Amino acid sequence: MDQEKEFLEKEIIGKKTEVDTDTNGNLTKDQIESQQEVGVSYWSLVKHQFKKNKLAMISFYIVSILIVIAVTADFLASSKPLYAVYKGETYFPVIKDYMNDVGINKWDASLINVNWKELDNQNKLESVIWTPVPYGSREIDLSNALSPPAGDHYLGTDGIGRDLLAGLIHGSRVSLSVGFIAAGIALLIGIVLGSMAGFFGGKVDLIIMRFVEIMVTFPLFFLIITIVAIYGSSIWFIMAAIGLTTWTGDAKLIRGEVLKVRNMEYITAANSMGLPNKQIILRHVLPNAIAPVLVSGAFAIAGAILTEAGLSYLGFGVSATTVTWGSLLNEARSASNAWWLAIFPGVMIFIAVVTYNLIGEGLRDALDPRLRD
Amino acid sequence: MTEYVIKRILLFIPTLIIITMITFLVCRLAPGDPTEMKIGATQEAQKTDAKNQMTEQAKEFYKKKFGLDKPLPIQYFIWIGNMLQGDFGNSFKDNRPVLDKITERLPVSITISFLSFMLIYTIAIPIGIYSAARQYSLLDRSTTVLLFILYSLPNFWVATLAIVFLCNVEYLKIFPTAGIRSENFDTLGSFDKFKDLFMHLFLPVTVTSLAAFAFLSRQMRSSMLEVIRQDYIRTARAKGLSERKVIMKHALRNSLIPIITLIGGLLPAMVGGSIIVETIFSIPGIGQLAFQAILDRDYPLIMAELVIASLLTVVGILVVDILYSFVDPRIAFTKKTA
Repeated sequence: MDQEKEFLEKEIIGKKTEVDTDTNGNLTKDQIESQQEVGVSYWSLVKHQFKKNKLAMISFYIVSILIVIAVTADFLASSKPLYAVYKGETYFPVIKDYMNDVGINKWDASLINVNWKELDNQNKLESVIWTPVPYGSREIDLSNALSPPAGDHYLGTDGIGRDLLAGLIHGSRVSLSVGFIAAGIALLIGIVLGSMAGFFGGKVDLIIMRFVEIMVTFPLFFLIITIVAIYGSSIWFIMAAIGLTTWTGDAKLIRGEVLKVRNMEYITAANSMGLPNKQIILRHVLPNAIAPVLVSGAFAIAGAILTEAGLSYLGFGVSATTVTWGSLLNEARSASNAWWLAIFPGVMIFIAVVTYNLIGEGLRDALDPRLRD
Repeated sequence: MTEYVIKRILLFIPTLIIITMITFLVCRLAPGDPTEMKIGATQEAQKTDAKNQMTEQAKEFYKKKFGLDKPLPIQYFIWIGNMLQGDFGNSFKDNRPVLDKITERLPVSITISFLSFMLIYTIAIPIGIYSAARQYSLLDRSTTVLLFILYSLPNFWVATLAIVFLCNVEYLKIFPTAGIRSENFDTLGSFDKFKDLFMHLFLPVTVTSLAAFAFLSRQMRSSMLEVIRQDYIRTARAKGLSERKVIMKHALRNSLIPIITLIGGLLPAMVGGSIIVETIFSIPGIGQLAFQAILDRDYPLIMAELVIASLLTVVGILVVDILYSFVDPRIAFTKKTA
């Protein structure tokens, strides 16, 4: 027994020392390269491949900019100034609005409904810095209704005098949040049901896939409008309605990936070690099956943004007072000579949809090992 | 084959049960009283207490009439039973049979769908074949970009642009704004009639087709590229066949298979998409009817449309699967479960 052990040790150690070295005892160039190759993880390979795709990278930057715009919308377009000095006091009205909403720092009763623009026009403000677009998205100005792009209204105004650019900036919030959350809901349902169907197979698979087939036969847009129209058009209902109806593609995709992974040796190993199914799925199956889901996630965001825009275009939007890209575009139908209303909101929807689609395509190509050189 | 079809039709039963259940629950679990919509219109004029009592009575009357006073499961079974006898109920709005309202509008929608199918399949497929056969040529690259843009264009934006810029005296007035025929249609000669219909249908059909057109063309291209890489294509070329013959005879037939499945997938998209297009262009089809039904909360109509649209899709998918076997004899019916 001991002899055998010794022999094995020798064998292993012997192999270790048998590494080819050049005359100086250093590793050869080939070996260094191969070691580096091992060091490159799957995801950094994907990242590298994705970065080579110019269109996808441009889309990625545009999406990042859109997200920044959505997050900082109040600082880009607001009816209140960023900074103002009034009666010797310094104010930061936009920031103060946030604090007021949270309840940290209340507005003075005398200032809560003050019209800062009026004050500025009357030269009562000693010093003032306005937001880049000095209008809020809900600021109605009937005397300036349907004015073409000119002056302070960089992109013109809509039928009740709201600034179009301010509307587009604030509308990006609705579009992006609906896009992300609806796609997230769809992905979550798709991953759970798809991985269950793929992993357990048999009856579970049959039932889940049957349900998927049934969902596919529904006219989805009609179903979504019905749900939103009947149950109320809050942003949460819209997200839920889109997410709950569009998960079927993700489920099918994940199921296929899980089927590929399920019969791998490491899953058998995990099984024989007595791990519970839940742990096997979460720790061993899903991480190896998840990559293609990223692709469908990107497409799902594009689809959800499009659906939300379509809903608010038809008048089933977030709410009557919230401005969205779709609701702005809808106004073009009743304003016969307002070309700016027909073009700019549509361009925004188009850009959002195209960029997510391009990112999806870029990811798909990056994940495809056949395209790797 | 017959055995397979019968099996598939039997599988319709659970599918239909779930479709009808989802439809029923979505519409019946809605907050608010469906009779309120019915009463609402007359309520404005009635302000005294005595009249209020009348609306209460009217509510009861309508509840009885539409069977809303019974428990939900019973309502469900009554609804299903009536549907099996071809009775989809009466509209809340004008009390006409829902099925009549749908069938009188069906021809318009089918015409538009059929025309856009023709447009898609006669133009998109050749484009796909051509760009695959000449991969990386100028034409291939430009159509790829163009089709990608087409695919991502929201159809309601295109429709709005068309209405604002092409149907508007302020800019260009090329096409009529709404409807499917002019008011003086009946007085026109047969050529003018054709022209009138063409002008009315051109924009709706084009807009309906856009996304599906781009999608199909892209699919055709990638499916063709997949086939062209196969060994038997190399063999065909090695035999000295002309490139035309290789593409049209050997590659095309095999690359058409995935395209056929897409017909089934396009069906529900067209029924759903037609809501937007028909609403924008004021076309009296089922899409517009559905939109109006949703606005009116006309539940019998909404439910009937959802069920009929799903049913059409289920049948469409079955037809596609059968078509599939004619194109690809390798597919054995007996092994397929669903």
